[in-house]
Amino acid sequence: MNINKIICRFVGLCLTALIALPAVADKTKVGFVYVGPVADAGWTYEHDQGRLAVEKKYGDKVETVFVESVSEGPDAERVIAQMAADGANVVFTTSFGYMNPTLKVAKQFPNVKFEHATGYKRADNVATYSSRFYEGRHVLGLIAGKMTKTNTIGYIASFPIPEVVRGINAAYLAAKSVNPAVKFKVIWVSTWFDPGKEADAAKALIDQGADILMQHTDSAAPMKIAEERGIYAFGQASDQAAYGPNAQLTAIIDDWAPYYVRRVGDVINGSWASTDTWGGFDTGMVALAPYGKAVPAEVKKMADEARKAITEGRLHAFTGPVNKQDGTPWLKAGETADDGTLLGMNFYVEGIEGSLP
Amino acid sequence: MEYGLFTSIIHAIVIASTPLVFAGLGALIQERAGVLNLGIEGLMIVGALAGFASALAGYPLIVSVFVAAFAGSALASIFALLVLRLYANPVATGLALTLFGLGLSALAGSQYVGQAAPQVAEWIIPGLNHIPVIGRAFFSHDPLVYLSIVMAGTMWWFLTKSRAGLILRAVGENHSSAHSLGFSVIGIRFLAILTGGALAGIGGAYLTLVQTPLFVEGMTAGRGWIALALVVFASWRPFRVIAGAYLFGGVSIVQLHGQALGISIAAQWLSMLPYLVTICALVIIASRVKGENSAPGSLGITFKESK
Repeated sequence: MNINKIICRFVGLCLTALIALPAVADKTKVGFVYVGPVADAGWTYEHDQGRLAVEKKYGDKVETVFVESVSEGPDAERVIAQMAADGANVVFTTSFGYMNPTLKVAKQFPNVKFEHATGYKRADNVATYSSRFYEGRHVLGLIAGKMTKTNTIGYIASFPIPEVVRGINAAYLAAKSVNPAVKFKVIWVSTWFDPGKEADAAKALIDQGADILMQHTDSAAPMKIAEERGIYAFGQASDQAAYGPNAQLTAIIDDWAPYYVRRVGDVINGSWASTDTWGGFDTGMVALAPYGKAVPAEVKKMADEARKAITEGRLHAFTGPVNKQDGTPWLKAGETADDGTLLGMNFYVEGIEGSLP
Repeated sequence: MEYGLFTSIIHAIVIASTPLVFAGLGALIQERAGVLNLGIEGLMIVGALAGFASALAGYPLIVSVFVAAFAGSALASIFALLVLRLYANPVATGLALTLFGLGLSALAGSQYVGQAAPQVAEWIIPGLNHIPVIGRAFFSHDPLVYLSIVMAGTMWWFLTKSRAGLILRAVGENHSSAHSLGFSVIGIRFLAILTGGALAGIGGAYLTLVQTPLFVEGMTAGRGWIALALVVFASWRPFRVIAGAYLFGGVSIVQLHGQALGISIAAQWLSMLPYLVTICALVIIASRVKGENSAPGSLGITFKESK
């Protein structure tokens, strides 16, 4: 490295510090990195609602910034590093694929706190958080199992990461428990957000006999298709009744506000520590949209009871006996799955057809 | 299901391919005139929003299609001005157009998120729709599907049979010669860009009006780039654009159905297939001696009138 370069870097650092310092002094700066557009009416939208809750709660004490539609990969690293360099005190990275970029940037900025959603790698300044969506999926599975006429549930999946696989397994086990004849057809679309492709997948599933759709992708296109074809579907990440007034049975709603408010509070009063949070119905981080009008009273009752039992810790979505897809035993009768296995889940349970991509 | 699965699959393929047909034709007419427009994605999404907004306001399909075409043309005219008059680099300008279109539609479209367009009625062709299997698959679609085929036919006739088409191709092959023969290179290219913009706009509108049918920002999800690849794959022939689009749509739909049927071919391979085919087509075209399948000679080269 020649002397010019060193001087350039030094001047650059000083400038960065000058720009960053005033912000640090007055306010706690909170950054958010989103994988989709804020207006996706799903995953990213709910994270942004959490950001707004932080602003509302702390007012002048915080300043929030966000960058939307950041693709998972090298781009993410650049955006996260930029936020840290711009003086953010804490950065929330809200997609699974940001895991390694977040850790890499965290090493370069030991004084900045990072929070990564849905990941499993932590560091002294990297915390992880997620919601037990599988608890919600359990309830959806019960409703689907009870309400399907064709005994075929269509499932639009994104990528074969543990989060998605867990959702499929949880929903299947619940549906199977109330309807032994139920079958799941799973289509992997290899994207989080492509309304056209999600719609095509929804049509394919309906053409193959599915009369209830579940999805683990981020657009409302499958809900809209379900409405057009006169079948039922579950909303993803937020209430999608606007797209399917007749089709939506309920929706899993991600409510990040309680978590974001608490964690930003910790940053402000200096008590932040790297933790691993996995909240479910009990913390309010997972919620359900109001039931659709098609849901019969006894199904509502059953769903509410399951929800209550999960909230009170009396029921676990993964309770044995459960075998893996290949028939090897996984959970003994009455045994519940430990979080470690759930977080790394990379297998289908017995009864689901097809193989993981 | 009242129709067989096979029929449903073909029906879905036609729908998934139609946006690509429109956008591909839109790129083709410009490239035949020697204009490389990488802004197809941006034109599509602006058309998608405009068509959707119009349908939501209660206008009939035909009006919404015109609105989408007009929006595409309007945005394309900016590109035309920059590239033809101000001699901006077409590659950079096209990329900028894509980014601009995506941003503009996101800004103007935020109020439309969460709303749903009215369903488009199918035009069932009497007689033909009773043919077993293919009747339902090919002859009971929304009007835009038929329009896309008619457009390809018209473009084929225009490019190969009409005098105006010959002039357009001359401009694309060698703009200096065309200019010295007295043709207005700038004028012809301007019209080609407007036409291309309109077609890309309709392609986008098909997504929001028929295929999904809703609007969210960024919903074209790379279809504009596939359209550009299709034109190369089609070696700049309108009917081959249809073939390419249907091949691409076919592979993507069959892939989805295969998964639901439990056929375990790695989905990633099937997702790659259309792109692999395009690359192969590129290699074949490149390996030929300059002949009928090669790119227009003046493609992407800025034309300046010598005073």
